[in-house]
Amino acid sequence: MLAQFGFGVFILTFLLSLFSVIAAVLGYFNGSDRWVEAARRSMLLIFPILTLGTLTLVILLVTGHYELEYIYSVTSNDMPLYLKITALWGGQAGSLVLWSWLMSAFASAVTLHKWERDRELLPWVIVVISVTLSFFLALTIFFENPFTRWWQTLGGDFILRMFAPTGAVPVFPPDGQGLNPVLRHPGMILHPPMLYLGFVAFVIPFAFAIAALVTGRSDDRWIRLTRRWTLVAWLFLSLGLVLGMWWAYNVLGWGGFWNWDPIEVAPLMPWLTGTAFLHSVMIQEKKGMFKQWNMLLIILTYSLVILGTFLARTGVLSSIHAFSQSSIGPVFFVFIGLTLIISIALLIYRWKDLKAEVEMSSWFSREALFLLNNLLFMGVLIICFWGVIFPLISELVTGQKITVGPPWYQRTNGPLFGSLMALMGIAPLSAWGRSTFKTIGRLLWKPSIPTVLALAAMIALGIRNWIALVGFTLVAFVIFVTLFEFWRGVHSRQKGRGENLFIAIWRLFGSNRRRYGGYFIHISMVVMAIGILGVELYQTTTQKLLATGDDLQLSGYTLRYDSLTQVPNADGSSLTSAVVSVFKGGQLLGKLHPQFATFPSGETATVVGIYSTLADDLYVVLIDWESISPAQAPFKVVHNPLVNWLWIGSLMFIIGILIAAGPEPDKEDLRSTRKLE
Amino acid sequence: MIMKKKVELLIFFTFIILALSLVPAISVPAQQPTPSPSDDEVNAIASQLFCPVCQNTPLDVCPTQACRQWRELIRQMLAEGKTAAEIKQYFVTYYGASVLSEPPRSGINWLIYIVPPVAFMTGVFLLFMAFRTWKKSATRPATAPNPINSRGAETGSCPAADDPYISRLEDELKKRK
Amino acid sequence: MSQESGIAPAPKREVPIWVQILIWLGLLGLLALLAAGLLKARHPIMSVGSHVPDFTLTLFNGYEFKDAAQLKRSDLLGKVIVVNFWASWCQPCAGEAPDVEAAWKAYEKTGKVVFLGVDYVDTEPEARAYMTQFNISYPNGPDLGMKISEIFNRNLGVPETYIIDQQGLLHFIQIGPFQSAAEIQAILDPMIAGK
Repeated sequence: MLAQFGFGVFILTFLLSLFSVIAAVLGYFNGSDRWVEAARRSMLLIFPILTLGTLTLVILLVTGHYELEYIYSVTSNDMPLYLKITALWGGQAGSLVLWSWLMSAFASAVTLHKWERDRELLPWVIVVISVTLSFFLALTIFFENPFTRWWQTLGGDFILRMFAPTGAVPVFPPDGQGLNPVLRHPGMILHPPMLYLGFVAFVIPFAFAIAALVTGRSDDRWIRLTRRWTLVAWLFLSLGLVLGMWWAYNVLGWGGFWNWDPIEVAPLMPWLTGTAFLHSVMIQEKKGMFKQWNMLLIILTYSLVILGTFLARTGVLSSIHAFSQSSIGPVFFVFIGLTLIISIALLIYRWKDLKAEVEMSSWFSREALFLLNNLLFMGVLIICFWGVIFPLISELVTGQKITVGPPWYQRTNGPLFGSLMALMGIAPLSAWGRSTFKTIGRLLWKPSIPTVLALAAMIALGIRNWIALVGFTLVAFVIFVTLFEFWRGVHSRQKGRGENLFIAIWRLFGSNRRRYGGYFIHISMVVMAIGILGVELYQTTTQKLLATGDDLQLSGYTLRYDSLTQVPNADGSSLTSAVVSVFKGGQLLGKLHPQFATFPSGETATVVGIYSTLADDLYVVLIDWESISPAQAPFKVVHNPLVNWLWIGSLMFIIGILIAAGPEPDKEDLRSTRKLE
Repeated sequence: MIMKKKVELLIFFTFIILALSLVPAISVPAQQPTPSPSDDEVNAIASQLFCPVCQNTPLDVCPTQACRQWRELIRQMLAEGKTAAEIKQYFVTYYGASVLSEPPRSGINWLIYIVPPVAFMTGVFLLFMAFRTWKKSATRPATAPNPINSRGAETGSCPAADDPYISRLEDELKKRK
Repeated sequence: MSQESGIAPAPKREVPIWVQILIWLGLLGLLALLAAGLLKARHPIMSVGSHVPDFTLTLFNGYEFKDAAQLKRSDLLGKVIVVNFWASWCQPCAGEAPDVEAAWKAYEKTGKVVFLGVDYVDTEPEARAYMTQFNISYPNGPDLGMKISEIFNRNLGVPETYIIDQQGLLHFIQIGPFQSAAEIQAILDPMIAGK
């Protein structure tokens, strides 16, 4: 009953979104406001109705309707409630539902906005968003229907259908297969939704860009309108990536958080172009330049979102992340093809209308450095794209399977990331239009002093690895330059208006949220870089079979194996957990409980024991290799220096975005801060 | 007394037999002095290889039965004195080039190494040329437009004011274009 | 609306034709690549009736075929070839191993059928132990570089058996273990009947 209702809801919303497309197109070509308004209302209606449909699926999941194939494949009786809800995105069909629901939420939010000034753009924004939404709804209805159920035919075969085939009886399994053990983790609650939010939100600036291209608007109105949406999309995409890293770190038991797996790289690519886009639009807003480039960037970003989704879900790329084989491949391919072809065609058609006079007087002006930023991000993008695509090409041409792994990515991307860090240090000192080597140099010498001191301190501490020296020096450089910029602004306010320190800081951030929020984000990025450098350059690991009471040493830590418990359950699953003691310098720091759970299906899930400090992590994995017994157990221990700065940096990043995305300053403040520049 | 002597004799002979059974183990040829390679030595090599069947999973962390066998194989080969390069070559011969963490530098695989630097340098070159043209046109506005990169006049270079009346005027004018 | 400044407005230029061609070629190339990748992903298994490309099987010591250390499929044209993929770590393979060996014994003397065992992603010591355990006597060799499995099934699992007819066309696919030697014979007998 509920399943039919849910399915019906999806069909209804599919029809509504198709209607939006048709009505918007009719409204545009007939110049009829009424049709456009009808399209808008139809889009507004989709979100509440689709919420009902999604809720239905969630209820079915939570109440264990195992006669539905999707419920059967991702839930089971032993799963707790919160995990059953998150199982909504535990498989292909459900995650497509989540995608559609999130997109409808954004679609409705955008169309709630007042539309007096930009009535011209509205029809095409509706068309683009509705076409995309229709596509994903069509995937759910026709290809990956979560409401299909098990039937048994007269011949005894088990088949899957939405509606009853003649002569077949419904089947009611008593229990489901349950979610893949690796997915039963808090990371599962947050990582996919965040990632999808990021993906979906990029539809909005894309839709506005297409609308601007179609209507022949050459101004930057579409950028201003979507500025906050772009920031929101970028925030969620960044969070999704970081949460993925956190989840991999805690669940896989590999000791690291990023492996350059193709499916990991797939969502990184739109993030790269998205970041380039965020920076580049500032040039367009300030100087009216590079409109064509910005159009290209947003088209690329959105296309990479769709491409990444296609690669992950259709089995073209093989990866441990990939969804299992699905029938959505061909239709997804058509969608991607059409998106790319139509967007590029539109851009070429309108190319000359977007040209603007380019005033670039200095190689060190902010515009020039932003372009350099774009060049570096595009460089990283090309590397990532090529690394993902090349195995495909190689296999098709030579039949030989190859792996493009971490060493290649690290070596190739390393210099570019380093250059980006250096740029983050120089760019804040550069002004729009006028900066020269001299003017930047004059500002640069002050923050360079503590930077050089930091480098000297590192050398004195015995650090000899040149990558570490360069990397950490760059981190220090960015931090000192940015703090210097903060200080300059605060100092002026204190002098000019007599504000005290804290009010000055508060008002400074408030006076130009985008700039200072952006600087704060830069600092958060290099703080994350501290964690990345620590793990990449100084990670150590060891593995040993320990008898009870035995210990092993790693990087100053001593780990002693104390005891082991093995708890078998009636259903065939079991939990094996060990207790180990962590010592440093002879002192007991604490006890860890690394464990692994074996499920009836034979799959295992690891729970890592981590001892965390600001300086490092001691990461202990109980391995399911040789025969384990209370007398002896094998352990793999990894020492990850500085890794927690990665997570600290991500928290700072969130704060930075919140600062940057806040409301605009009032005019009075703007006038006074101009004196600083 | 006799019982005790018999027990002593029994223990003595058992001891001899045990000691003798150790002889084959003791008399190993001098070429095999190393003890079994440690897990760390195995992992040092396994971490440079990828599991041939599980996708994109390094061999040192792969939990499957097959991967365990492969690690034991590495251990055995290390004990035989094989070098890391020889072990890697063995894996490539048996399981294909996908076990390496980077494509071997042969044939079409050269493209993976060449394309990124070439693409990046092309980008640098393009940007450099574009910069030069922009700088030229900025400092010498009266000259004829550069055939490579000319820019047309633009409707208003001052940042669009947020004044609704000006924007509406601009919109109207655009519509009439 | 033109600007009143010293800059003479230059004509706005379209995207040059050669750039357009380059862009479209690149785009079509990418789409072709994705389409090919998709096709491969959706049809990993060779279809029955298609011509089996030639492959080379390097045989284990002691498991040669007529003293040849290497065997090409083309060498065996005119005979029925039973290609059986297995691995020492595969439980179902151990289940069917006696049946496959028994079937081989039934056809060995006829000279019309050749059984080829292909050891898939395995290690030699364990493979030899497996073959000794089940008294396997038909030609066997490792799937070096996984080249042979890629021909038949890009997502190969073990055990799988592919039977090639006398003309080199794929006649039968068995995914998973055989239940009995009789099952194998039921497929092979019609193939060699009257030949």
